[in-house]
Parts: sequence; structure tokens; C-alpha cells
Amino acid sequence: MSEPRLVEVRRNVLKQNDVIARSLREQFRFAGVFVVSLVSSPGSGKTTFLEKTLTQLQPRYRVAALVGDLATENDAARLARSKAPVKQITTGTLCHLEAAMVQNALQDWDLHQLDFLFIENVGNLVCPSSYDLGENLRLVLMSVTEGEDKPQKYPTIFNSADVAVITKNELSGVVEFDWDAARKSIESVRPGMKIFRLSAKTGEGMPEYLDFLSRQLAEQRAVVHS
Amino acid sequence: MHELSIAMGIVEAAMDEARQRNVQVSAVHLRLGALSGVVKDALLFSYEVACQDTPLEGSRLLIEEVPVMVFCPRCKEKRVLQSVQSFTCPECASPTREVLQGKELEVFALEVEE
Ligand SMILES: Nc1nc2c(ncn2[C@@H]2O[C@H](COP(=O)(O)OP(=O)(O)O)[C@@H](O)[C@H]2O)c(=O)[nH]1
Ligand SMILES: [Mg+2]
Ligand SMILES: [Zn+2]
Repeated sequence: MSEPRLVEVRRNVLKQNDVIARSLREQFRFAGVFVVSLVSSPGSGKTTFLEKTLTQLQPRYRVAALVGDLATENDAARLARSKAPVKQITTGTLCHLEAAMVQNALQDWDLHQLDFLFIENVGNLVCPSSYDLGENLRLVLMSVTEGEDKPQKYPTIFNSADVAVITKNELSGVVEFDWDAARKSIESVRPGMKIFRLSAKTGEGMPEYLDFLSRQLAEQRAVVHS
Repeated sequence: MHELSIAMGIVEAAMDEARQRNVQVSAVHLRLGALSGVVKDALLFSYEVACQDTPLEGSRLLIEEVPVMVFCPRCKEKRVLQSVQSFTCPECASPTREVLQGKELEVFALEVEE
């Protein structure tokens, strides 16, 4: 055997995922569907928030959802109450969704029939950050019961997201949630990030968020058609 | 923890490159960004597991940590962040969100033997 030598290869480890995500994003654009993914810790309120979102958008828009879960189909059953098409992606031991799973799940759906598609990721603030799903908007949720410094503890996922939603707001008095501290914490890991403060339970703050989504869809379509 | 699936991706990429060149890999050089979402120690541990029963068994994973580089809109310069918890320019304290570097998860080079 000869002496070891160094060869440069420069290979992106997540290339496969990125290639699929790019192709998904292209498909979404072509179909005119706006895709939102949701990430948070387990129990922050993704499914509750998503059920509310689907129900309230339905009169005006065609909506659907994919939901990632380690083992159960409970979340899919809850979301199906909105009457929107919902599909479960069971990830088994995998703690995050990957672009290929989204691609598989969408195989028998006609994206042209949709205005919005939502993707609930597995409850986890670490692993999903590395995987692009082709979404147009990544939304990170935190609830007022989790403490104000979540963004500082999980800077990578907050930095990878486009919008933050602080939910369970009707409990903020009870838990003495410090809104200023939370906003500073988000601002320090993602300057300028848009923040919505709402309660999926009482519905307060939902209209502002839904208006924002409508505008995002309109903007995306304006870009595609220009 | 997703470091095991990342480690398996690294091993696969290295094996593929080694096959094409018909060489043995003794070490993998990885560039790991501070915003890659991957934890170095967990990855080192997972790498050993991922190498088991593959041609890479016994090889080393050498990790070069890549800090986050941003563009400061005020200084109009590239700046290296001191911490991923604070996206502000280390010189002028302006907030900045334009990330130029720090998401890398890249098999950069291989140490090989013929
Ligand atoms: N008080 C209150 N509870 C909520 C709200 N949203 C969700 N929850 C509760 O939080 C728990 C976890 O919610 P879920 O939607 O399953 O969270 P997920 O794990 O992120 O999908 C459930 O008991 C919900 O009823 C809210 O706005 N206010
Ligand atoms: Mg859920
Ligand atoms: Zn500066």
C-alpha cells in the first residue's frame, strides 16, 4: 500500500433531499398552490392551529394537509374533521419529514385543485431544520406556556423559518408570558421575522394570520403570471 | 436525533466516490456549518455506527466547523457571527439576516489509499 493522499470531492450530504425539494417547489409553483410547513416542539399546538386554519380557509379556498407523525394517525383524524383532504405520513423512528416523503404522499393528489397545502412536521425543534420540503413558507410555532427563550435555545430552526406564531395567547396572563422578551429572543436569531400572536382555541389573532396567507398566495400567483 | 441518517448519508457519499476511483478511504473530511442543524458529537458517534460492516469501517471522520458568515447591511462587509444566538454585526451591532455561509454539510475531501 502507498501513502494516503487527499482527494477533494465536495459533495453535499443532503443533495438528494435538496434536489427533490427543488423539484417539489417547481411543481407547487406550476400548480399555483401555496405550501406552508409547520414546525414546533411536541404539544405546542400545531394540529389545533392547523385544524382551525383549514376550517376557516375552506369557505374561500381549496385546502389540504399532510401530517407527519412518528406512529399514530391521531392528528390526521383530528384534521379530517375540517373536511379537507388530509394524509398521514407515518415516519416510524424518523424524527422529521424529508422531501421524498412529501413527494410520495402527494403522488395521487392533483395539486392544480388546491390553493393551499399545509405540512405539519413531526414535533421536534432540531431535526426538521436541515430538510427542505419545497415549502414556500416555513412557520415555527411556540406557545406561551413554553417560556420566552425557545428561540435562543433552538436558533437553527428559528433562523430557518420565515414566520413565527406564538399560540395559546389566551393563557399568557396565567403564565405571565413576557411578550417583549419573546420578541427580543426571536429578533436576535432572526432579525425582522414576522410574528403572529394568537390563540387557536379562542380564535383571537387568527384573522390577521389568515389575511397574511391570502396575500402570500396572491403574491405568488402574481409572480408566476408576470 | 437525525445524526445517524446524516452519518449514513456521509458513508454512502464517501463509498460512492471511493468506488469511482477504486480506492480505500481512511478518513473523511467534512465541513459542518454552525447552522446545519447537526450536532458534532452526536455525528461523530453516529459515524462509527454507520461505518460498521462497510468498506469504511475503521475510517476517521474529521470535522471542520464552519462559522456563520453574514453580510452586514450597514458596514457593507462580510462578517463572522460570534454566536448563532445573535444575528448582529460584531463590528457595528446592526441586525442582519443575510446568511452567506454556515449551513454546510459537505463531504469536502477523502484521505485515500490505492
Ligand atoms: N389553551 C390552549 N390550548 C391549546 C391551544 N392550542 C392547542 N392547545 C392544546 O395543546 C395541546 C397540544 O395541542 P396539539 O395541537 O396536539 O399540538 P401539536 O403536538 O403541536 O400538534 C392540546 O391539549 C391542545 O388542546 C390554544 O390556543 N390554547
Ligand atoms: Mg400534532
Ligand atoms: Zn456592521
